[in-house]
Amino acid sequence: MIRLIVNGRPVEVDDEPSTPLLYVLRDTLELNGAKFGCGLGQCGACTVLVEGAAVFSCVVPVGDLAGQRITTVEGLGTRERPGALQQAFIEEQAAQCGYCTAGMIMRAQALLERNASPTDEEIRAALEPNLCRCGTHLRIVRAVRRAAEARQRAVASGVSSLGRAG
Amino acid sequence: MGVPDMKVSRRAVLSTGGALVVSFALAPSLAGAAARSAGRAAERSLPGSLGSTPMLDAWLRIDAGGITVFTGKAELGQGIKTALIQVAAEELAVQPQAITLVTADTARTPDEGYTAGSLSMEDSGTAIMNAAAQAREIMMRLASERLRQPRGELTAAQGAVIAPGGRRIAYADLLSARTLHVRAEPRAPLGNPAHRRVMGRSWPRVDIPAKVFGERAFVQDLRLADMVHARVVRPPSYGARLRSVETAPILRLPGVLSVVRNGSYLAVVARREYQAIVAMEALSGAASWEETASLPHQSRLFADLLAWPSRDVPVGRRGRPPSLRRSHAATMLEAEYRRGYLMHGSIGPSCAVALFDHGVLTVWTQTQGVYPLRSALAGLIGLPESRVRCIQVEGAGCYGHNGADDAAADAALIAKQVPGRPVRVQWMRADEHKWEPYGPVMLARVRGALDAAGHIAWWQYQVWSNTHSTRPGGARELMPAWYLERPLSPPAPSPLPLPAGGGDRNALPLYRIPSLRVDYRFVPKMPLRVSALRSLGAHFNVFAIESFMDELARAGKFDPVEFRLRHLDDPRALAVIRTVAERFGWRAYRRLAGCGKGFAFARYKNLAAYLAIAVEVSVDRGEPMPRVLRVVAAVDSGEAVNPDGIRNQIEGGIIQAFSWTLLESVKFDRTRITSRDWASYPILRFSAVPRSVEVVVLNRPGQPFLGTGEAAQGPAAGALANALADAAGLRLQDLPLSGDRIKGAMGS
Repeated sequence: MIRLIVNGRPVEVDDEPSTPLLYVLRDTLELNGAKFGCGLGQCGACTVLVEGAAVFSCVVPVGDLAGQRITTVEGLGTRERPGALQQAFIEEQAAQCGYCTAGMIMRAQALLERNASPTDEEIRAALEPNLCRCGTHLRIVRAVRRAAEARQRAVASGVSSLGRAG
Repeated sequence: MGVPDMKVSRRAVLSTGGALVVSFALAPSLAGAAARSAGRAAERSLPGSLGSTPMLDAWLRIDAGGITVFTGKAELGQGIKTALIQVAAEELAVQPQAITLVTADTARTPDEGYTAGSLSMEDSGTAIMNAAAQAREIMMRLASERLRQPRGELTAAQGAVIAPGGRRIAYADLLSARTLHVRAEPRAPLGNPAHRRVMGRSWPRVDIPAKVFGERAFVQDLRLADMVHARVVRPPSYGARLRSVETAPILRLPGVLSVVRNGSYLAVVARREYQAIVAMEALSGAASWEETASLPHQSRLFADLLAWPSRDVPVGRRGRPPSLRRSHAATMLEAEYRRGYLMHGSIGPSCAVALFDHGVLTVWTQTQGVYPLRSALAGLIGLPESRVRCIQVEGAGCYGHNGADDAAADAALIAKQVPGRPVRVQWMRADEHKWEPYGPVMLARVRGALDAAGHIAWWQYQVWSNTHSTRPGGARELMPAWYLERPLSPPAPSPLPLPAGGGDRNALPLYRIPSLRVDYRFVPKMPLRVSALRSLGAHFNVFAIESFMDELARAGKFDPVEFRLRHLDDPRALAVIRTVAERFGWRAYRRLAGCGKGFAFARYKNLAAYLAIAVEVSVDRGEPMPRVLRVVAAVDSGEAVNPDGIRNQIEGGIIQAFSWTLLESVKFDRTRITSRDWASYPILRFSAVPRSVEVVVLNRPGQPFLGTGEAAQGPAAGALANALADAAGLRLQDLPLSGDRIKGAMGS
């Protein structure tokens, strides 16, 4: 059994240690956010946070992650209490097919956790590993900027809104 | 049972127990059958898809449970659900939240063929708008009788008919189960376009929240009880035959339930997804294949394309033959343009879930056409169509005919081997890259001449390409069927009919040209698998036409925008062009070193949306990629139901077309496709997308829907090439545009 902390909750999984984290999240823990896109770390659809850093969950063996904190898009908020990025993606309508969306949000979450007010250039650079085929890039950049601004306002007023876990 | 629209699907599947219940509304009643033949001529004039599905209750039902609207079209990430809900809400005088929409499902919705060709608003939007307006009118008449009030004094609002003084009857109380089981009329009492409440507003997309909260949103997310996972070992190349494979060791791997072998078709089923992948890799290693070198030399592709036998399809003839006019021409130019094979490149590889239970096959699929797929799968599996149900569930964006239908075929073939258990199949990245049907190779030769006054005097255009659709059809178009022990082979290709066309889509310029000849050299030979890619031939034809228009303008010393305007009469074409020129600041533009601007225009299919676009690029010496600084586009899609939805589609179309045009071409050797991942087939990433894209929607309330999804592909390509020519003094005629030639450009 491998112990993980997924979205703030301790879990034990019985997958082979060589199983990439992606399949543990999707198949064993039945989380939908992380997506299979390439299995090669080339597209970012599978992006999640491990100890706050964005990783390609399709290439990280779960056996390497014992005891670590993992955050998926499900951990950022709910319809009732959306995370800042989730809210911003809805407000900017920053999706077409939406298959890359959860990966984009997680990559952006990692950025905002280390840089609270990134420039557009910094947002683009941070999102470079993630592919979008629908061409929604500019809306995604706007959504990340909007989330950063919302978060700054929230910090100023003493409320945390970046997301619950992670 | 795990279809994303949980409320609807759960009710639907539970109530039918997973079996097939074909709604009575989908076929006219027996009593109506006689009327049908008499009324067939009238039905041809019914608006949109009412022509093929004329009963009102096939499109909407209103009861105590609420209002349910049915469409045969599929959500592909283009936002069609939201727009159709808006259309229904407008005509039924309710809020969009009051409406539940059911999308393509062979047991529940009308047959609207494929969700393709930017036709969903024209087909389904028009049908739903008319059906809803007629239903409203029926309810008003019934309320008038019940309330003993003249029809003219009643109003409809918030799901009820209201009389002066406030007496009201809810819609559901006016209708019995069969009240709406009536044939549509050719003319509906449509709402006044000047008083829209819901249409014309940027209603937020109904599908986006599930996608940002990680809810079940995609076919990839389905988890049915007892579901197992399968992977297919695809052959290493087209036409490869499985010589031998040892399956015994594979069956001993953890979680493996079975190995499916049928001729050269090879797959493995396991309890868990990653176990299926590990077993698939082992099975792939255990298989030995016989391959044939059936592909052309990539370096000689265009010479081969011209040499292969072709069939001539006349596209346009106007005026006297060019040869008689040539001597009057003041300036003559000619050019040749080329494009290789392009990938759809969905970010999510194709996926399907199938359940074969008690002789009934149910398939959850990301197909663009549930009915054509049902027919194909019935043929493949050997079942009557009545025992096959296809339910569309969103997948990653498809942009045309990708692996979706083939993945459904995989799931069906494998599910038949493990009856009673749902089988989920997802392709691997290399499967998708190597086996999806590509947008075909294209080549165009253009000649044109200006007269002394600077008008285009004549124009000759020939385009060589394959068919642009190999969609099913039948089982023969399903790729897995080609590898079975008793293989099916794909039918002979044929060109798609004009006026929409395929390889010749938008080959006819919309410009006023007195003498013109346009021909499609249809090439049946297609060594690489090809089919419909967003906009079909329009991407390349508009690229070629708009590049050549700039060359003619330059030869005649005209401004490119002025040159286009002087060859157009259609006021809607003029409007999009003038809007873009103004918003971009075309006339006042001051070119900095290394920068340039480009313009393009087309009307999609020459009969749908109008789109004009201006692009500013900069070229850095030594860099193979230009930078796109700024884009301004204007689109007229007729009446705009959801303006932000249209902007989203056009923005995305522009960026995707830039990726195709700057970067993309499928690579292959004599035997195998070598573009097998995102490293060997790169697409545009964040660093290379434009700094800004502005899209102006010219709304035309009351005008027919013209569709939006594919309108940008051609003009975006043309404007980009023209901007590069302006920035670098370099006219590039071969796609993709980026590369060494730009690197060496002066950028003056």
